Amino acid sequence: MHLTPLQTLGIIVAVALGTMVTRFLPFLLFPAGRKRPRIIGDLSRLLPPAAMGLLVVYALRGVDFSAAGHWLPSLLAVAATAAIHLWRRSVLLSVTAGTILYMVLIQVVFI
Amino acid sequence: MVCSSAGGGRVLRAAFPHTVPVLTGYLVLGFAYGILMQQAGYGPLWTFLMSLLAFAGSMQYVAITLLTTAFAPLQAFLLSLMVNARHLFYGISMLEKYADAGPWRPYLIFTLTDETFSLLSVTPPPEGVEPRRFYLAVSALDHLYWVSGSVLGAAAGRLIHFDTTGLDFALTALFVVLFIEQLKDLRHAASGFAGVICAMAALLLFGPDNMVIPAMAFIVVILICGRKKLCI
Repeated sequence: MHLTPLQTLGIIVAVALGTMVTRFLPFLLFPAGRKRPRIIGDLSRLLPPAAMGLLVVYALRGVDFSAAGHWLPSLLAVAATAAIHLWRRSVLLSVTAGTILYMVLIQVVFI
Repeated sequence: MVCSSAGGGRVLRAAFPHTVPVLTGYLVLGFAYGILMQQAGYGPLWTFLMSLLAFAGSMQYVAITLLTTAFAPLQAFLLSLMVNARHLFYGISMLEKYADAGPWRPYLIFTLTDETFSLLSVTPPPEGVEPRRFYLAVSALDHLYWVSGSVLGAAAGRLIHFDTTGLDFALTALFVVLFIEQLKDLRHAASGFAGVICAMAALLLFGPDNMVIPAMAFIVVILICGRKKLCI
């Protein structure tokens, strides 16, 4: 440990507080039961798909396009996950198959 | 909490299958986090406290650096605000779903991670299950997975030698699949593609470490400008 226990606790509390501000702020600004500006109502309906799109790109942000051994497994596994999902529509099957394919690709094929 | 009231077991059984991809991802990423904490000199108790109280995967990885340099709590606070800014979107998206969650609302908001948001924004509560109890079960299970995975990693990380390289792809795959599920409703397609394009533009312009806040700004601007056309 580099920090004293009290300092460590301080960092944990600071990280938790910072995170909680980002999670609670919308609910504090727009409390339930109070009338919300229309623009917030519109955003709350439009945001979920956009936020999911952001998350997909965010999850893949570290992919290195300069090395085929790096981006090809990601691309193939994402494509396979999507294709299997469009075919069978089972979240569990698509995620499991995509993950196994990715692991095989990076551990066995592209080493 | 979930089990204390009648039918809690049924709610858990309804929620569990939806959370299995998160179980996989959280155990692996949590386990790796516990090992890194151990290597930084912090044992299972510290890992437990951090995972329980912050419950913020990527920020907890960043925070390892904060625990191995000079004590800087204000920097830790501000960095968490920036790294976790995307949670603002989840809050705005869940305003209505969580409006009548009663006494569980603070806990639902407290545990609103990327994964819990993704699951709950796409998965309708099953027939015959009270929505807020379904939300609570999914949130509490996800929280449990993360805490368990990270404490296991901190406690037993050095004993286990199994090549899990790539297993964390489960969370990426989950996001891909839930994104497709979102787009099933064609009215969501324009907003979904706006999200992807804004995020890719931000990634190209600002790089992988600084992409989130610009991406959010682009998305808000596009959705506000286009909301008359897009609105559902």
